[in-house]
Amino acid sequence: MASGQQWVLVEMVQAFYEAPAYHLILEGILILWIIRLLFSKTYRLHETYKLTEKEKEDLIEEWQPEPLVPPVSKDHPSLNYDVVTGPPSHKIIINGKECINFASFNFLGLLDNERVKEKALASLKKYGVGTCGPRGFYGTFDVHLELESRLANFMKTEEAIIYSYGFATIASAIPAYSKRGDLIFVDEAACFSIQKGLQASRSFIKYFKHNDMEDLERLLKEQELEDHKNPRKARVTRKFIVVEGLYINTADICPLPQLVKLKYKYKVRIFLEESMSFGVLGEHGRGVTEHFGVNIDDIDLISANMENAVASIGGFCCGRSFVIDHQRLSGQGYCFSASLPPMLAAAAIEALNIMEEDPDIFSVLREKCKHVYNALQGTPGLKIVGVQCAPALHLQLERSSGSRDSDMQLLRSIVEYCMERGVALTLARYLEKEERFLPSPSVRVVVTIEHTEEDIQKAVSCVQEAASALLK
Amino acid sequence: MARTAANGNLKPHLNQNGLKREDIKRNGYHNKREKDCPGTGVASRQHKQECFEQAPMYVAVMTYLGFGIVTLFGYFRDFLRAVGIEKCHLAQERQEQKDFVPLYQDFENFYTRNLYMRVRDNWNRPICSLPGPVFDVMERVSDDYNWTFRFTGKTLHNVINMGSYNYLGFAENNTDFLKTVADKISQYGVGVCSTRQEIGNLGIHEELEQLVATFLGVESSMTFGMGFATNSMNIPALVGKGCLILSDEVNHTSLILGARLSGATIRVFKHNNMHSLEKLLREAVCSGQPRTHRPWKKILIMVEGIYSMEGSLVRLPEIITLKKKYKAYLFLDEAHSIGAVGPTGRGVTELFNVNPVDVDVMMGTFTKSFGAAGGYIAGKKELVDYLRCQSHSAVYATSLSPPVTEQIIRAMKCIMGNNGSTEGIRRIRQLAENTRYFRARLKEMGFIIYGHEDSPVVPILLYMPGKVVAFAREMLERRIGVVVVGFPATPISEARARFCLSAAHTREMLNKVLHHLNEVGDLLCLKFSRRKHSSRPGLHDETELELSS
Repeated sequence: MASGQQWVLVEMVQAFYEAPAYHLILEGILILWIIRLLFSKTYRLHETYKLTEKEKEDLIEEWQPEPLVPPVSKDHPSLNYDVVTGPPSHKIIINGKECINFASFNFLGLLDNERVKEKALASLKKYGVGTCGPRGFYGTFDVHLELESRLANFMKTEEAIIYSYGFATIASAIPAYSKRGDLIFVDEAACFSIQKGLQASRSFIKYFKHNDMEDLERLLKEQELEDHKNPRKARVTRKFIVVEGLYINTADICPLPQLVKLKYKYKVRIFLEESMSFGVLGEHGRGVTEHFGVNIDDIDLISANMENAVASIGGFCCGRSFVIDHQRLSGQGYCFSASLPPMLAAAAIEALNIMEEDPDIFSVLREKCKHVYNALQGTPGLKIVGVQCAPALHLQLERSSGSRDSDMQLLRSIVEYCMERGVALTLARYLEKEERFLPSPSVRVVVTIEHTEEDIQKAVSCVQEAASALLK
Repeated sequence: MARTAANGNLKPHLNQNGLKREDIKRNGYHNKREKDCPGTGVASRQHKQECFEQAPMYVAVMTYLGFGIVTLFGYFRDFLRAVGIEKCHLAQERQEQKDFVPLYQDFENFYTRNLYMRVRDNWNRPICSLPGPVFDVMERVSDDYNWTFRFTGKTLHNVINMGSYNYLGFAENNTDFLKTVADKISQYGVGVCSTRQEIGNLGIHEELEQLVATFLGVESSMTFGMGFATNSMNIPALVGKGCLILSDEVNHTSLILGARLSGATIRVFKHNNMHSLEKLLREAVCSGQPRTHRPWKKILIMVEGIYSMEGSLVRLPEIITLKKKYKAYLFLDEAHSIGAVGPTGRGVTELFNVNPVDVDVMMGTFTKSFGAAGGYIAGKKELVDYLRCQSHSAVYATSLSPPVTEQIIRAMKCIMGNNGSTEGIRRIRQLAENTRYFRARLKEMGFIIYGHEDSPVVPILLYMPGKVVAFAREMLERRIGVVVVGFPATPISEARARFCLSAAHTREMLNKVLHHLNEVGDLLCLKFSRRKHSSRPGLHDETELELSS
């Protein structure tokens, strides 16, 4: 009411007169200070010095950037690729010479399988080549949906999701779940695409020694202690273990049952990368979970590429719907990239058909791997890196010369020796500056189901001759 | 809703005359006038052809209101789910893993659960024919409000395809045209099973690379198996720590991922705004690296030829001038523009009459105009040689599949007019004609469209979330397949429908689409443009109608 307001006003004026002088002066100064701050110009701390225009022009003149790329010498070992004319199948024409192919990851020989080619042709006639769009925008074809459900059935999981490029599969899957602040425990021998996935995720990465469960347990225990100190943070920090089924760099198998035990003990999720073991290990080719008899639901995510045993292009992730469905909106390589060309998907479906119809091929392949492994034992100067059932072995120098370049040259000469005699091998390639734990130089020997007894005999004797001739 | 609401109102105050005056910033209020400035000078002439009209104020208000209401509903339904009144359709974590740290934070999935799920029948629509100018969409229905779908078994035949990136119409299954591709399948199979540096370097890859280099007018090129991966695997090889990347605001995710993986410092300049870019360049060269003030090792400007969400073209001549002045390097991503613009389909360099040698790194993809898959990087021989040794893709990733390579080769030869055929030029001209016609008619009708006159990517602004969904569903009923995009791919208040024109679209198809667009535009009151004679649309709140579904 008006009277009440007036009364308050009178009180205020009275208080003003009754206030001590210093109080009024202090308030006056404060008001003046506030007015000054309101009207003064803001400045950024690091711009307290200003360059004149002339100085700026001079700086621009003087600045010389590095060249866009450093020069590459003409005889850089990675510059000149070996040229393959014709299909890279069992018999391969490399640099003009016909050889038996011991270098392509064509484990089940499906690269030149007639049924697969027929299905791809039929798909070409119907769909053309490209899909012209990402999955979200009319790039989803019935072939993709069929392939996803077939893969889920084959692996006996709830759902599968396919990517159009093998490298991008695990590299997009990891950052979809693990963000800044989360924790990932990775094996040291993890392949490059896993490393890129880890880098894109911006999480804390802890490496444990290759296949060393004690080292991993030690790291997990340390983390448990940390969690006790800070339970609030621990409640929102997701933890993952990323391992490969069959490691591409060391050709050995991860100890999956122990990993699953650690998973439940320390409450960590497992992401399993099965590019090399899909279609190789296990009674029906389902990979390392079947090999060890581990329940597939215990693994949160299985990722594999279809570029090895399946002999197509692309990759897939499979697991429970709870986990996999998330990638449909947050897997970058899935949402922002065109989908897999339908003929490649049709080829993959046919490859799965063949794998399902004839589960004997996996044991035949493993027999051959074992045979090659045993035959290559005792090669002078070279040692085998890998386990018996691995289809892609490494041959490393027993005694390194001390310099990586000269080791590589030596191994390259062995490869060339074998190529001249009709056996195609290859050096295992790495990006020396980018790898975290650079593997030693090695020759890759790949065994496929199409290799006959004579082929294996010839290759083994070639390698042994090369080793004795060139490695003294 | 992670994007700040404040940003939505101010965007896009594009400064057309970027090199000549300061940005005008208005806090909070829409500038009701259009941002079509009369430019002076040759460079601005290009940008008279680009326009980004602002919608009236009530549209923004309605949009935010719509989002606000849906968000409130979302909280309400979350509450019902938590209490147990409403069944939770989401997949749940395993019983054995219930005491693990939750894999997803509740808030992360708020948008997915409550907004996206209701309307997700407009995306991921499966088709069962080739993605040509018309296609067959598989009919799917949902019995539980889009949580699960089932296929009825019927297909919607001959739906006009306005969503696939089929600019030159190479998504075709004509047996004659595809004969060489079929031969390659019979000869090679579809896989390669090895990397480029090991044993996956086939003769046809080298043939393709030479062809790409000739096509673009550069010294040499290198091809990769996936367009997305081309960026994410090669940018880290070119720049690293101690380098600076200046990237456009609306760059594609692959460019952003590549920039992040490289470890370089990233600074963003306003979309197509040369003034902003020049300011950043000056500051970078003069001040050097933050804190230590050491000079930058390299500066890389990353831009795209056609920006796929805006439909705008890069301002290439001005960027080249800037780059030469400040000695920076230019990375041009021509994913959408290669083959689609330019009198002979050579992309933005041809359109703007720029020497391809001036662009340091030319990158592009084969998915869009060539109807295949994969990407390339082209430029000087030193650049490509370096990438052959150091690119992540060459060492660790599989090379292109042989039939896909053959498809690219035949498409490129067609465009180049080998054997004297004029098929390629015919397609390019058809595309240009379709683009102009479509854009002109849309403007006449009164829609707000973004982008350059010559760009075959046409975004029509819809703004309100309810209208976006209604538009997509309505158009499908009329047998036209459109692509709609909303937040988070676009700013929150600028949801749009994006049309991709193709050389394979005939005039009848375009007329049919335009006719239906006209009808739907009137039905849903989408004609926001206040330019010509279209009357001001009334204040209809479509959002309420859509929520009740």
